[in-house]
Amino acid sequence: MIQNKEKIRSLFPYLQSAGCGGRQLIYFDNAATTQKPRSVIDAATRWLADSNANVHRAVYGLAAAATEHYEAGREAVRELINAQAREEIVITSGTTASINLLANVYGQRYIRPGDEILLSEGEHHSNIVPWQMLCERTGAHLRYFSVKEDGQWDMEEAERILSEGKVRMVSAAHISNVLGIVNPVAELTVLAHRYGAVIHIDGAQGIVHAGIDVQEIPCDFYSFSGHKLYALTGTGVLYGRRDLLETLPPWMGGGEMVDTVTYSSTTYAPIPLRFEAGTPNFIAAATLRPAVDFVTSIDIAQVRKNEEEMTAWLMHEMNSIDGLRIYGAGGHKAPLVSFTVEGAHHSDIAVLLDKMGVAVRSGQMCSEPLLNKFGQTGVVRVSLAAYNTMQECEVFISSLRRVLEMLR
Amino acid sequence: MQQTIKEVQQEIVDSFAAFGDWMDRYEYLIELGRDLPVIDEQKKQEERLIKGCQSRVWLDTEYRDGRLWFTADSDAIITKGIISLLIQVYNGRTPDEILAADNSFIDEIGLRENLSPTRANGLVAMMEQIRGDALKFKSQQD
Ligand SMILES: Cc1ncc(COP(=O)(O)O)c(C=O)c1O
Repeated sequence: MIQNKEKIRSLFPYLQSAGCGGRQLIYFDNAATTQKPRSVIDAATRWLADSNANVHRAVYGLAAAATEHYEAGREAVRELINAQAREEIVITSGTTASINLLANVYGQRYIRPGDEILLSEGEHHSNIVPWQMLCERTGAHLRYFSVKEDGQWDMEEAERILSEGKVRMVSAAHISNVLGIVNPVAELTVLAHRYGAVIHIDGAQGIVHAGIDVQEIPCDFYSFSGHKLYALTGTGVLYGRRDLLETLPPWMGGGEMVDTVTYSSTTYAPIPLRFEAGTPNFIAAATLRPAVDFVTSIDIAQVRKNEEEMTAWLMHEMNSIDGLRIYGAGGHKAPLVSFTVEGAHHSDIAVLLDKMGVAVRSGQMCSEPLLNKFGQTGVVRVSLAAYNTMQECEVFISSLRRVLEMLR
Repeated sequence: MQQTIKEVQQEIVDSFAAFGDWMDRYEYLIELGRDLPVIDEQKKQEERLIKGCQSRVWLDTEYRDGRLWFTADSDAIITKGIISLLIQVYNGRTPDEILAADNSFIDEIGLRENLSPTRANGLVAMMEQIRGDALKFKSQQD
C-alpha cells in the first residue's frame, strides 16, 4: 500500500519533467484528464514494441498476447467496480462513446413515443445531447430534475417526476464536472427502480473520486473514461447489467461484433463483443490494467482524506475573497471546485494563472445549460488528483490573489 | 501620410520588446483593454456576437470612403486588449491592405497562443470576420 504523497508523485513522469516548453505547471485540470503513471506509459510502450497485433482475430502467439492484454484491461475494470461478470464490461473509447452507445441501443429496443428520459440539470453535454438526439428520433421526451442553489439534487422533484410513471431511463452524473458534489446515486437508483425505470450513472468523475460497487449500488448502467483514471486516452467503459445488456441490439456493425454473416443477414456475437465493432483501441484499453493497479495500490482512504483537507482549505480561502462565488458548495465535495469572481472574467483569470504556473480550466465546462441556470457564461475550475499537494493549493491561492489584483 | 500596416505592427512589436516580463505585457494588455471604448449596447446584437467557449467578442464593421472601420468589444479584458491591438492595425484600411496583411506580429509579441485555433476566445473568428468583411466590401467596390 503506497501511503506517502512523495512516493505517489515519484510514479508520475510529468511531475518529474521540466514540463511543457520548459515550464512546470501545477496541474489542476485533472477532471479533464489525468497525468499518467510510469507503469501505464511503460506498459503501452512495451506493448507497442512487443505485442502489437489485432485482437480477437488471429491464432498466432502475438495476437493471443495482445488479446490477453486487452482482456486483462476488461478484467481490471470488472474488479474495480465489482461487476459480476466480464461480459458486463463493454470497452468503448470514452464516456461520450459509452452514452451514445447506450442511448442508441437502449433507445432502439425500449424507448417509444411518449416515454420519458430523466436527467438532472447538472449534466455534461455528453449526458444531454445523446438523449436529445434519441428523443428526436423516437418522439420520447426529456425531463430534468433540479439542481438546487447549493448544487445538490432536488430528490423530491426527481421522485415526483418518476412517480408520474412515464420515465423509462434515468441518466445522471455520479459527480458533476462543474459542481463537484458526490451525488446520492444510491438513493436515485432505488427511486428509479421503484418507479420502473432503469438508471445509467455517468461516472466520468465519480469513478475517480467516489468509486462504485455495482452490486452495492445496483445501477443498470455505469460509464466512465479511462483517461480520467490514469489510463491512456481513447478508452472508456460502459458497464451494463448482464440480463439487460443481453436484450440489447448492436449499434455499429462491422468486424468482431458478429456471429455469422451472409450477404443478406447477420447474427450477432454475444455480449460484450456485440457492442465492440471494429478494431478497438486495444493498447490504450490494455492500460486500464496498470491504471487500475495504480488506483488500488494507493491507500485510497488516506488519499481521499487528504483531498478532503485540501478541498476544505481551498474553499475556505476562496470564500475569503471578495466577490468570489463557488458553484456547488453544498454536500459532500470531491476535490473539484468551480467559481467565478465579480469584476474578473473567467478566461482572464485562467490565462494569468497559466502565466503564473497553474493550469486550471475555464469556460463553459461542456455544461452550458447548467451555467445558464446560474447566470454565467463560464466559470474557473480547479480539480485535483491523487498526486496534488497542499503546497500546490497554497501556490494556487496566492497566485489567484495576485491575478485578481491585476484584474480588479 | 498614414503609416502602413507593417509599420504599425512594427511599432507594437517594439513597444512590447521594452517590457521586461510577461507580467508587464499582460498589465499593458489589460490597460489597453480598459481603454478600448465600450461598444454601444445596441450594436452588441446577437448577429454581431462571435461566440467562443472562453470569451465572447462583438465586432461591428463600417465601410466608409473605401475604408473599413471597426468597433469591437469582449467580455474578457485580455481579449479586449488584443482586440485593441488588432484595431490599431486594421482600422481605416482599404480592403486590399487588410487582405494583404498577416498577423505574425502577434507571434513576435509572445501572444501566439491567443490566436491559435485551439484558443476558443473568439479572436480567431474575429480575424476571419475582419478578412471576410474586407473581401465583401472589395467585391462591392469592384
Ligand atoms: C461528468 C462527465 N461526463 C462526461 C464526460 C465526457 O468524457 P469524455 O470526453 O472522456 O468522453 C466528462 C468529461 O469531461 C465528464 O466530466
